[in-house]
Amino acid sequence: MATTFEAVAEIIADTSDIPLEEITPEKNAFTDLGIDSLDFLDIAFAIDKHFGIKIPLEQWTEELNENSAEIDEYFVLSKLCARIDEIIAAKDA
Amino acid sequence: MIDTVEELDPDGGKIIARADVPMESPVFEGHFPGSPLVPGVLLIETMAQASGFMLLSRLKFEKMPFLANVTSAKMRTFVEPGAVLRVEAQLEHDGSGFAATRAQISCNGKKICDSKLMFRTMPFPNDRLKENMLHRFSQISRPSAE
Repeated sequence: MATTFEAVAEIIADTSDIPLEEITPEKNAFTDLGIDSLDFLDIAFAIDKHFGIKIPLEQWTEELNENSAEIDEYFVLSKLCARIDEIIAAKDA
Repeated sequence: MIDTVEELDPDGGKIIARADVPMESPVFEGHFPGSPLVPGVLLIETMAQASGFMLLSRLKFEKMPFLANVTSAKMRTFVEPGAVLRVEAQLEHDGSGFAATRAQISCNGKKICDSKLMFRTMPFPNDRLKENMLHRFSQISRPSAE
């Protein structure tokens, strides 16, 4: 069974033109991989469907806009995957 | 593009609407000269508007859906002036700040086109747009569809 990171990396590779080998846990989806907010909608949609969850994208965006969070907190892939795992665990609890 | 909302189920994420293609339109002057056909992009817009009204209703007009991505669209046959179109849209995914729908148009029971669409759902940029959308929705809604 693929890890959360492996699944997310495959989703990113499938929904963008980024080679799978360039997608590593320490990369920021936006600032390192060059994914824009429109492309990230496709990724969020695919993640939601793959894991059966609803990523709180609006809340994260609001926090970034209000400067109460740093972009790395949500969009460095290792941290994104950790948050996905938290959402899955909360759903299954 | 939508003339009447025939059926609407906001909780189920479904809408059926009617669109009457006019006999005459400046659009037909160039598309195509002497052989008028509804442009495919307008059929996509029609599917987007049906999806949009369903999402607006589902969001209780607290947010506005803006078309962000035509994930796929297939135009299966021609649409001529005077056609009466049945437009159906179904919510595929209700995400955080976005929504995905599947939509299709048929005419006399024959499928014309279908698409997968994605919308950003965000606060209305101004109160006037919200008022105008509410007004437009009341114009095209049958009492039983509201």
